[in-house]
Amino acid sequence: MSRPMVTYKTSDEVDFVIVGSGAAGGVLAKELSTNGFRVVVLEQGEYLREKDFTHDETKIFVQSLLTNKVNTHPITFRKSPDETARKQQAVLYGSCVGGSSVHFTANFWRFHEIDFKEHSKVGDIPGANFADWPISYADLEPYYTKVEWEVGVSGLAGSSPFDPPRSKPYPMPPLPVKGNGVVFERGCRKLGYHPYPAPMAILSKPRAGRAACMNCGFCLGFGCEVGAKSTSLSSVIPMAEKTGRCEIRPNCYVSRIETDKNGRAIGAVYFDPQRNSQLQKAKAVILAANGAETPRLLLLSASNQFPAGLANSSGYVGRNFMPNSSALAFGVFGEQLNDYKGPAVSRIMHDFYELDPKLGLYGGGGLDARFDFTPISFALNGLPPDTPKWGAGFKQALAHNFTRTMQIFCHGTSLPVESNSFSLDPDVKDAWGLPALRMTFRDHPNDLKMMEWMRARAMEILDAAGAKTKWSFPVQEQQFAVHLLGTCRMGGDSKKSVINSDHRTHDVKNLFLCDGSSLVTSGRGQPTMTIQALAYRAADRITALAKRGEISA
Amino acid sequence: MKSFDSARREFLHLLGGTAGAAWLTANWPALVSAAEHAHQAAKSEHPALEVFTADQAREVEALAACIIPSGETAGAREAGVVYFIDRALKTFFSEALPVYQNGLEAVQKTTAELFPGVPRFSAATEEQKRKVFSHIVEDSERPESGARRLSPGASPDFFQTLRVHTIFGFLVDPEGGGNRDFVGWKAIGRDPSHGFSAPFGFYDKDYPGWQPVSGETEKK
Repeated sequence: MSRPMVTYKTSDEVDFVIVGSGAAGGVLAKELSTNGFRVVVLEQGEYLREKDFTHDETKIFVQSLLTNKVNTHPITFRKSPDETARKQQAVLYGSCVGGSSVHFTANFWRFHEIDFKEHSKVGDIPGANFADWPISYADLEPYYTKVEWEVGVSGLAGSSPFDPPRSKPYPMPPLPVKGNGVVFERGCRKLGYHPYPAPMAILSKPRAGRAACMNCGFCLGFGCEVGAKSTSLSSVIPMAEKTGRCEIRPNCYVSRIETDKNGRAIGAVYFDPQRNSQLQKAKAVILAANGAETPRLLLLSASNQFPAGLANSSGYVGRNFMPNSSALAFGVFGEQLNDYKGPAVSRIMHDFYELDPKLGLYGGGGLDARFDFTPISFALNGLPPDTPKWGAGFKQALAHNFTRTMQIFCHGTSLPVESNSFSLDPDVKDAWGLPALRMTFRDHPNDLKMMEWMRARAMEILDAAGAKTKWSFPVQEQQFAVHLLGTCRMGGDSKKSVINSDHRTHDVKNLFLCDGSSLVTSGRGQPTMTIQALAYRAADRITALAKRGEISA
Repeated sequence: MKSFDSARREFLHLLGGTAGAAWLTANWPALVSAAEHAHQAAKSEHPALEVFTADQAREVEALAACIIPSGETAGAREAGVVYFIDRALKTFFSEALPVYQNGLEAVQKTTAELFPGVPRFSAATEEQKRKVFSHIVEDSERPESGARRLSPGASPDFFQTLRVHTIFGFLVDPEGGGNRDFVGWKAIGRDPSHGFSAPFGFYDKDYPGWQPVSGETEKK
């Protein structure tokens, strides 16, 4: 497919350089270029197209075709700040044009009103650095609607009594129900809960020149070869390029944000594909590199003027990391579900979104019925724990269970804990000689307790649904994250946050941050919808500032 | 079961039913090309070995068949797992090559120790193979400290490595070089078609459509 592509010289001072082309970066690129600005998007990964996508799991899971590569970008992990971190793949994120939106499952829940003001409602929580957002659900609602209509979300408005208010229905009906959705619905209703069609960022009908989902079943981890998954790559990036003002520049690894003597950002320094260092000049810089790489880049940009890292006068850059909590239960049914067909999820339930305080638990969560296995991952991880590992018994179990198994995934809150963080590893370097990303994380005890409570509910639902066999595993401390939230939080107090409600850093007037790092609370487990709504809102705010002349020197 | 070509035709038909002609014109040739490539990779029954010798390949094939045996449905042997592993050791699993070299030696030693008259693992009876393989598995699961190794010299990773690679070779999309003619998918009940339409299975075929819970429209 031919697309007009403008190219800029690095010496051209464009209006905005955006680091990252994922859920937020793609939206910002589209909005700002549509609003008349000249934009360069720097993306560390490749520019893959639908034709490059594959169902070959060796390319996806072994060779990391779409995701960060730890052989060149090592990551270290430790549980607490007094430990020495060790090399470990603790973080997985998209590394291609479209970012993590390319390989995600496409669950697209809005946050609820409570997520923005929960601190005011429940007060301080020991061990947590808990705060309200400086914006409300009502501020974000028009942008949630914009995501649904422009990026493309399928769903059924009014089907959950717990849903927050909305100004418009979904643009498309829900995706087809799956066997797991039918039995989940049956189990939930027996227990008095309210299951409903899952809102998914996958097209149930052809729309805007894109094909509808063909139910191939290769969603989680894979790129969609027909463009039905509503990724930045399939939706907003083509719109940005079509303006003739936006250049997507792949294979460019940003190493620092350069500032001048007045403390203003002048552009992004990056390694080009030949590993030559380049400076793309810009009037303003927007980091949308995800909740791990955005804080890392700010810390890498330390200078005499900003010794603790750029935009880090609060010390909050990289802190308060929230990955969401989770638990999983498995069930095997008597007849064939054939859940390998279709998107992973078709029914969810939000009855536990705000748990009764009498339970002694903070926060809450949502449950979905899913089957997110591929044939290989099912054989490795989808069978009951007592199944033989080899031989006729193993093969027989595979043949019987593959078409009859489903999961209930419990997603929930992560409380912000200040020491949970991303920082620079003092010892390990990446292939370009830059300090590696270091993750420090230990779940808040409440989150583990809450997930145990939710896991028990999931097992009850499987019973009520008629599962012949069911199992799950005790909730454990997490050492691996894909939701990268809260690490440059938004707030009104410059001593306790990194950006204001316009996504502008408190310290650098022409530096903006917008991705998972902006979130103040973690919601209940599905952050991408909110990240994109924030990006649409941020683009409006940044456009207004630029048009009033409040960004340029 | 459907042939690959008929599966591809169904895929085309399915897309035709849901997508606009412009989209198909723009994208279909690339999809056909990818599918053809997969087909070529899947239909070559005896690709050239690049890492294993013929003797080693025979032993690895016999070992993989212990993990996923042949029977009423195809097993690791029919799926061409050994050729997948050979190619993987040349490329993306190359760091595992020493595990195989040590593991094969250990298997040979264990076979000779348990069944002195049997020249090699692959020549053993099925019952003998299961006994030798059980020792390899036990060795893999045994804590390293202080335990007497039943298969001296075997890497504790050998069984786990072989198991993971066998599963990959049996169940990978044929584009990845295993699962020849989709026999692995067929053995676990996965229709090799590239796309599907609802209803998908037993439970959703008579689903009447989503209805709100009666009397609970304003729960909040």
